[in-house]
Amino acid sequence: MARTRDESSPLFAGNAAGTLRLIFYLALAVVLMVLDHRNGWLWRLRYTASAVVEPMYRLAGLPAVGVRTVSVAFADRQRLTEQNQRLREDLLLANAKLNRMAAVAEQNQRLKELLDTQHSLELNVQLARVVGVDLGAYRYQLTLNMGARDGVRPGQPVIDAHGVMGQVKEVLPTTSVVMLITDPSHAIPVVIERTGLRTVAYGSRDGDQLALPNLPLAADVRASDKLLTSGLGGRFPPGFPVGEVVSVAPAATGMFQVAQARPAADLDRSEDVLLLHDQAEPDGPPAPVTPMGPPAELAPGTSSAAPPMPTPTSHGATP
Amino acid sequence: MNKQRLSLWWFVGTLVFALLSMLVPLPGVLEPFKPYWPALFLLYWSLESEDRVTLGLAFMVGLGADLLNGVVLGEQALRLCALVFIALRFRSRLRFFPMWQQALAVLALLLNDRILLLIVRVLAGASLPPASWWISPFVGAALWPFLFLLLDDLRARLRIQ
Repeated sequence: MARTRDESSPLFAGNAAGTLRLIFYLALAVVLMVLDHRNGWLWRLRYTASAVVEPMYRLAGLPAVGVRTVSVAFADRQRLTEQNQRLREDLLLANAKLNRMAAVAEQNQRLKELLDTQHSLELNVQLARVVGVDLGAYRYQLTLNMGARDGVRPGQPVIDAHGVMGQVKEVLPTTSVVMLITDPSHAIPVVIERTGLRTVAYGSRDGDQLALPNLPLAADVRASDKLLTSGLGGRFPPGFPVGEVVSVAPAATGMFQVAQARPAADLDRSEDVLLLHDQAEPDGPPAPVTPMGPPAELAPGTSSAAPPMPTPTSHGATP
Repeated sequence: MNKQRLSLWWFVGTLVFALLSMLVPLPGVLEPFKPYWPALFLLYWSLESEDRVTLGLAFMVGLGADLLNGVVLGEQALRLCALVFIALRFRSRLRFFPMWQQALAVLALLLNDRILLLIVRVLAGASLPPASWWISPFVGAALWPFLFLLLDDLRARLRIQ
């Protein structure tokens, strides 16, 4: 059996048919890549095939869950007690702070009502759990166990207890993929807390830092400056911590300063994250007001006919 | 009859296992050391049972892998096709290499695969990966003898071909 097969693949000579087939498949792959790059088929396909894809993700996430369970099961009692104690202290501290903040928030709310802005301090969030799946994009992504069926939409900001983690990139029925702020192709508008300078923080190639490549030379930026979201661009709501400046140096071109920042969120350690539901205020000009004529009381004629007036005019306008 | 079906299931099972292990994350420090499992398993099968592994199969496995964790649809299909083509072309020689030479050949194949991936990513506009990205082929080549012997042994135990 084996001998006959070996005769069909000679030791040295290659056959032209095989090469042709290779060229065919390579061309097919290239065409697919170009089409997908333009139209984003992969995600539509993945969404359609979610019945197969999602169980695979859950299956692949099992070892991570197992490791976590085992580490909890075998953790020594003392460490758990210590952790519990620390968490309780944190909770106490957070509660105390919240109580103090409640009065301020109340006052803020009233002042804002006076100023007639709609921006509120309340958080409308959803807790999601990280699925341990490696999606092969050098750790710039995170997979969550919530998807379209739980109301997750692309573009939703994702935060953890310490700061902004990223935004939802793609959504499957019960899974979603988050693009982290350290992704080199991600940019987030930030403001430097101390000076109020607005700039943009990009992800970096190393995957665990943020880069602020275009700070003016005269700008006052120092190490340990805090970065907050500025809310510009309308994707991330303002005021969330993003990171902390680690180093500042003049750029190679000499035209700008370049700063490196460390993300505030625990990007590679978080197990539970929060999905923000209320997005920032929509950017751009306000929606156009529906055109209407002068108030009915001012219309010529009788003032008593005000309520029935609009119906005949709108009927007249439709054809 | 039953034997044939068993061997087919074994073949498909190892490929699915390869795709799954591609998805399983490693702890952060070990992450760059993760070998490209689908390539290793496909290489094994293309050396051991040539009549099953064709370019079409490599393409389909690559598409499956892309569906599971691709950046672009067709990227891994392209890489696996190129890999399997080279492996099939030199199959008769690779099979009679001593193990260390075979591992070196696998290293060359995996490095070639990384270069292909790099070209695709750069053309798609991604930034250059960090240097630790190049460790993975070496790990794959170092694991190759063990994987080969393990799979051969399992196959002998199950008495399938």
